[in-house]
Amino acid sequence: MTTFLTRRTALLAAATCAATLGLTAVAEAQTSIKIGYAISRTGPNTGGAAVTTIPNYELWVKEVNAAGGIKLGDKRVPIEVVQYDDRSNAEEAVRALERLINQDKVDFILPPWGTGLNLAVGPTLNREGYPHLAATAVTDRAPELAKRWPNSFWLLGTSADAAKSLVELLNKLRDEKKIGDTVAMVSIADGFGIDLSSAARPALTNAKFKLAYDKSYPIGTQDLAPIVNEIKALNPDVFIAFSYPPDTLALTEQSRIAGLNPKVFYTGVGTAFPLYRQKFGKNTEGVMGIGGWSGDSPAIKDYLARHKAAAANGAEPDRWASAVTYASLQMLQQAIERVGKIDRAAVIKDLQTGTFDTVIGKVKLENNMPTRYWWVGQWQDGEFYGIAPAKNEGARAAIVPKPAWVAP
Amino acid sequence: MSARIAGFGATALAALALLALVPRLGNAYYLALAISLLQYTVLATAWGMFSGPTRYVSLATTAFFGVGAYTVAVLGEILPWPLVLLTAAALGAIVAGIVGLSTLRLSGVYFVIFTFGLTELIRQLVVWFEVNKSRVLGRYVFVDITQADIYWQLLALTAAVFLLGWLIARSRLGFALRVIGEDETVAKHCGINTTFAKVALFTISATVMTLVGAIMAPRWTYIEPSIAFNSMISFQVLIMALLGGAHRLWGPVLGAVPLTLLFELLSARFPNTFTIILGCIFLLIVYMLPRGVAGLFEKLSTTAGGKARQRANA
Amino acid sequence: MTNAILTGLMLGGMYALIAMGLTLQYGVARIMNLSYGEFLIAAAFASHWLFTGWAISPFVGLALVVPLAFVLNFAIYKLLLTPLVRRAPNRDALEVDSILATFGLTFVIQGLMLALFGGAYYSYSFLAFPVQFLGETVAANRLAALGITILLGLALYAALTRTRAGTAVRAVAVDPFAAQLVAINVPQASALTFALGGALVAAAGVLVSTFLTFSASSGVVFTMKALIVVVMGGVGNMLGCLVAGLALGLSEALVASYVDPGLTLAVNFALFLAVLLVKPAGLFGRATR
Repeated sequence: MTTFLTRRTALLAAATCAATLGLTAVAEAQTSIKIGYAISRTGPNTGGAAVTTIPNYELWVKEVNAAGGIKLGDKRVPIEVVQYDDRSNAEEAVRALERLINQDKVDFILPPWGTGLNLAVGPTLNREGYPHLAATAVTDRAPELAKRWPNSFWLLGTSADAAKSLVELLNKLRDEKKIGDTVAMVSIADGFGIDLSSAARPALTNAKFKLAYDKSYPIGTQDLAPIVNEIKALNPDVFIAFSYPPDTLALTEQSRIAGLNPKVFYTGVGTAFPLYRQKFGKNTEGVMGIGGWSGDSPAIKDYLARHKAAAANGAEPDRWASAVTYASLQMLQQAIERVGKIDRAAVIKDLQTGTFDTVIGKVKLENNMPTRYWWVGQWQDGEFYGIAPAKNEGARAAIVPKPAWVAP
Repeated sequence: MSARIAGFGATALAALALLALVPRLGNAYYLALAISLLQYTVLATAWGMFSGPTRYVSLATTAFFGVGAYTVAVLGEILPWPLVLLTAAALGAIVAGIVGLSTLRLSGVYFVIFTFGLTELIRQLVVWFEVNKSRVLGRYVFVDITQADIYWQLLALTAAVFLLGWLIARSRLGFALRVIGEDETVAKHCGINTTFAKVALFTISATVMTLVGAIMAPRWTYIEPSIAFNSMISFQVLIMALLGGAHRLWGPVLGAVPLTLLFELLSARFPNTFTIILGCIFLLIVYMLPRGVAGLFEKLSTTAGGKARQRANA
Repeated sequence: MTNAILTGLMLGGMYALIAMGLTLQYGVARIMNLSYGEFLIAAAFASHWLFTGWAISPFVGLALVVPLAFVLNFAIYKLLLTPLVRRAPNRDALEVDSILATFGLTFVIQGLMLALFGGAYYSYSFLAFPVQFLGETVAANRLAALGITILLGLALYAALTRTRAGTAVRAVAVDPFAAQLVAINVPQASALTFALGGALVAAAGVLVSTFLTFSASSGVVFTMKALIVVVMGGVGNMLGCLVAGLALGLSEALVASYVDPGLTLAVNFALFLAVLLVKPAGLFGRATR
């Protein structure tokens, strides 16, 4: 039995080797573009990757291949995908990329999900000269990183910018006498929450808002009732939570139960998820959250329809990083097509200087970062629209005060 | 006997010299894989050094690994590298000493879960400190250390761990530990200072784990508690060591190497059904290899030896 | 203050509920079940599917999911774990084997859930309205879960202390070898207890799914929480499980309300470690070995 197994394994291994060799030969003839990615299919990052990143990668590959592939010179070549599971682990993510680059010899690499993993793979992609279009990372060091790694593009912006936009919006609302000046803020004790709250804190104090509550809670907190109850007792005008999806849902539910209904109710990652609307229905009305998109634009409407048609059981994209992720793939494709061959240095150059036509509108990067972002969105009539920065094209006016919670 | 040791030493040195050439292959993926193999080899061997003879199952690997990684995150850009490593080792040893002294009364599953709780406690405290005191969560490590450097450091550590394990096994300490593993009461009656023996070994093993964390940290640029204190490391190391057979110094390697390769192979071939296949293979191994891979080797060698003896008698 | 205590009780009740099944599986059947949390999540998915797909209330879902889980766990014990129990020369060996086997099982169940439901977060609204209780506003679903937990706990306690089968189970928990001598069918009792533990964790999964957001990969959180409660209370001890769960829940709620929500988990773990330092076999455990 053992010998039989070993022999069969050996045969299998031999066959696999042969197949791999065959594939490499094919790739050299450039009849396909090999695109690789390592994504979190297991572990704590799975929830985010499954909503925002994986469906968009799959949608894009499907659409490009249905159209004949990416245009290289005068012919179209289909995309061939190599993918791994990074198990939400930085070491696995780095090693998977090294494998994609050295073993699979992929032509381009799509980044992992999340700030931490994008930072972890940064040096590898930089060393090997692959473009790095980080569409799901928010970090204050983005400008500095873009300088350090000129191949990296930070499409989701910085937390300082996010906090600034939010405070500007609040300032405007206060000037319009729509809200008072007490703010209650909670944040998750993780990179995202801490970055944002440390940026928002000085911005709020400088704008002369009163911070009545300012605490953080650890990842994995299973009951947020004490926080919500305490905040309710303070009766703030504005509630800000820099939270992750499970807590965003829990905070909203608990607020509804405790009757915490401030004039501005803002929650973090997850507010823009379709799951949020599915769970809260009419109660989403007036809830603000991080992200947003120009829900009225035809390009976005079209993207939403295509995403729904292609995704398993008709899942919708989230209303923030999904569209940016998809746009980053369009940018990559347009850059490759303009260069006309697999020349990664030239593609990076084109990404730095070119203008791109994407689902989120025309994008032209400055210092490897976009010039406009959606930072605050609001659920209005069952759709999550971008409302700030107000100068963005397609920005809607905010509904303030938030309507009262209704019984489900 | 001494000739055998000399021969063995020479073989080990030759193997070491050969392994040191891996970075010269010039393939970053092989280097990455080798780093990963070494990382788990050292961790699992260090784990087995303590848990094998004493039969205390520890889930604190992550705690020490994380302490090492965080030391680099904090001091990496301030101090010269050897000093950083020394500080990490010292910190690991201190934490391990305190933990070792305080956990002596626990046994069985209480020890297992205690070590897990300890890891989480350290992680929560680091998070709380970073959030409220330093106001950053997630630190960047930009130090000048190449992948090959990481590999060589790990290789040196591997060699040191095996040498240390071999020396301990031959020492009074090693003997004392084996007695404790068989029956702690008997050990006490024999006049063995069980407290000292256990804490000493726990500290040695933990210091090695801390060093692994410190050496690996520059690989990721960015360190946050969920990366440094990833509890999967504890579980993987435990499984590898148990699978290989923790009752031998060389047992954990036999679990660490094949499992790392298996993970690698499966995640490449079946990214979507990876977990199901992994689980099934895992169950198969548990049922087919009751005493770990080391047990299988022992069985093979004893049956081979037995046959040889039979033939000699006939 | 009432509010913090009430919140703590509800949270603690949830912890106790999560841990009850494990204390049976580990305390009596001697299986250190690392795939425990995956069973919990599987039940949560089942409840979600019944509720959103078929509009079946989770309370009715309990009646469907719990018996199914009982049968499934019985089969798992008989097919997968009995060979390990038979071949294990002593308790330590069984512990190691069960850790390894259930770790493998974790991957299988998680993989199946990923294949069926994908990696995204799931959540639904059931009884998500405020109710007045002792002059405080609390969530109806959490309160209902607490009520059911208390009922389950009392029923289980009565079954263990007042019935013949329960006495047999407790005898196995104390000493499986001696239990055999007094004509207790130990393998059968272990299998039934393991299945009962599985049924309890399924109940926990259904109840928890009414108010927590979950995904296919969140099982490990519950496994570890359950292990901590079980160990803190003393392995195999129902009362210990309840007290430990409540202590953790209360400390979490009080710290969140009066100290700093950022320290809740740290205090939880510190409390757990402190208990073990003072009482190495848990609150109600007997020192063995």
